[in-house]
Amino acid sequence: MDNEKSILTLSDLYYSVRDNSILRGISVDIWKGYIHAIVGPNGAGKSTLVSCIMGLPGYQVQKGKIIFDGEDITTLPVYERARRGLTLAWQEPARFEGLKVRNFILVGAKNKCHKKAEEVLNLVGLEPKKYLDRAVDRTLSGGERKRIELASIIAMEPKLILLDEPDSGIDVEALEKIFELLDLLKKQGITVVLITHSPVVLERADHAFLMCCGRILDKGSIARISEYFKNKCIPCDHKVPLGEF
Amino acid sequence: MSTTKELVIEMLKTLGVDINHLLSEDVARIQVHKNKVIGLHLVPGLKVEADELEDGVEANVEIEEGVRIEKPIHLCFGVMPEEGLQRIRLHLRAREGSKSIILAHCTFPKARNVKHLMEADIVVEDNAQYVYYERHVHGPYGGVEVVPHAKIEVGNNAEFSTEFELINGSAGKINFQYEVKSGNFSKVEMTARISGIKEDSIKLDEQVELIGKESAGVITSHIAVRDNAIAEVKNTLTAIGPYSKGHVDCKEIVVGMGKATAVPVVSVLNPSAHVTHEAAIGSVDAKQLVTLMARGLTEDEATEIIIEGILSKRHKWGDTIEKFLSSTY
Repeated sequence: MDNEKSILTLSDLYYSVRDNSILRGISVDIWKGYIHAIVGPNGAGKSTLVSCIMGLPGYQVQKGKIIFDGEDITTLPVYERARRGLTLAWQEPARFEGLKVRNFILVGAKNKCHKKAEEVLNLVGLEPKKYLDRAVDRTLSGGERKRIELASIIAMEPKLILLDEPDSGIDVEALEKIFELLDLLKKQGITVVLITHSPVVLERADHAFLMCCGRILDKGSIARISEYFKNKCIPCDHKVPLGEF
Repeated sequence: MSTTKELVIEMLKTLGVDINHLLSEDVARIQVHKNKVIGLHLVPGLKVEADELEDGVEANVEIEEGVRIEKPIHLCFGVMPEEGLQRIRLHLRAREGSKSIILAHCTFPKARNVKHLMEADIVVEDNAQYVYYERHVHGPYGGVEVVPHAKIEVGNNAEFSTEFELINGSAGKINFQYEVKSGNFSKVEMTARISGIKEDSIKLDEQVELIGKESAGVITSHIAVRDNAIAEVKNTLTAIGPYSKGHVDCKEIVVGMGKATAVPVVSVLNPSAHVTHEAAIGSVDAKQLVTLMARGLTEDEATEIIIEGILSKRHKWGDTIEKFLSSTY
């Protein structure tokens, strides 16, 4: 891959908990401005990889380097990574009692004016009047919280978004809205990394990485990776005992 | 030496709200500084008799039968010097079918050794609606002892709703005791939102007895303790009446060396009654924290936002109070 096009380079990442190796030498180049997918079965290490990239507490890699936009961020805390334009949307977004949607959206926004909150809510298909003064709590459905989280991320104007299981817990209509949003982010030149085990989500990416047992097995076109994933990973066709893999 | 009017203004200015609005003709108000009633303005349907005591004020307040007082009645209790004792004895009766909202500010902005004692007996008669919202303004020194003790009777089909808010400044020592007994088809809602810092000590003891048929009650306590502050919360909800129902919600967030205890006591003494409770006590939720940190906030900044959110959860009259304070009521 061309290094000039790369916004995120992962070099030989290792992460283990006690004696359990979860990431085993991950090396990946993420090209700027594209939608990438990291696909793999449950337990492949996808979410752990995302947590390590984001530098979440307890997810410091034991070996390897993370280069983001030309800078080594391997040892930076999560908020410093976010301030440089890297962020994460969770599979199951957090609930915040008492925190209004408006304030949640603006908390990390580059432009903290109230119009920005309305604008990004419109982008995710939620009517600002109905949502701005509601709390990001259990009165919102999982799908609503997911869209509100995306709105808060768009308001940050990040360079790269890690999107963990965007289709989890939402209905078809909401998923369609998220797909529209992916197209929009791409048009704006924002890089997206989708973490998924859904062939439907995979189809929306430009490029894919196949992950299994803490390693990247393959990378390439969506068609090829998707074909392999559908036929060999669901159900898992892994014939090699994991310890020998 | 300030004049009475100057003292009223000085006291109101500490509240951080539009004071012209609080002094307007259609807003009933009682202002008490230490043991002096320094301001009294009534509206039709509201009766107040106040006597100055050696260490405070004793007041009989009555909202007359069937009267609906349009705007919240504003009470302001304060001690402006660094030291002082203020005892408030309040006898309040919301007569049958009346509707009223009381907004009480208690301000002790410079307190280093101030005691504010409140002994209240409140009767909310049948079909009446009575809302009491108490907001405290404390200075940074923690030299305040607040001891509100109240006994409340809520009549048939009546509604009693109260909120105690102390989220700015240092709480000092709080020893809060409320006992409520409620009648048939009545509604009781009690909320406390308190922030403790430094060496603050917060003790809450709230008891609600749902005696009447189909009565309902909710007790909510949201407390944050930081530094070396401690909080002890005991919420007791007893459902006695047939088909009575209640809920206790206690959340305490502990940061630094703070300590918190929560004791929800829920009892059902009638087979058709139903009571639920939830209690969460501990540090800030890790997922909330990293979500905000992934937006570029440091751990401390994220913690403050999460605590602010939890402490901002108001009861259903919160918006009405805010509208009143922002002159848009």
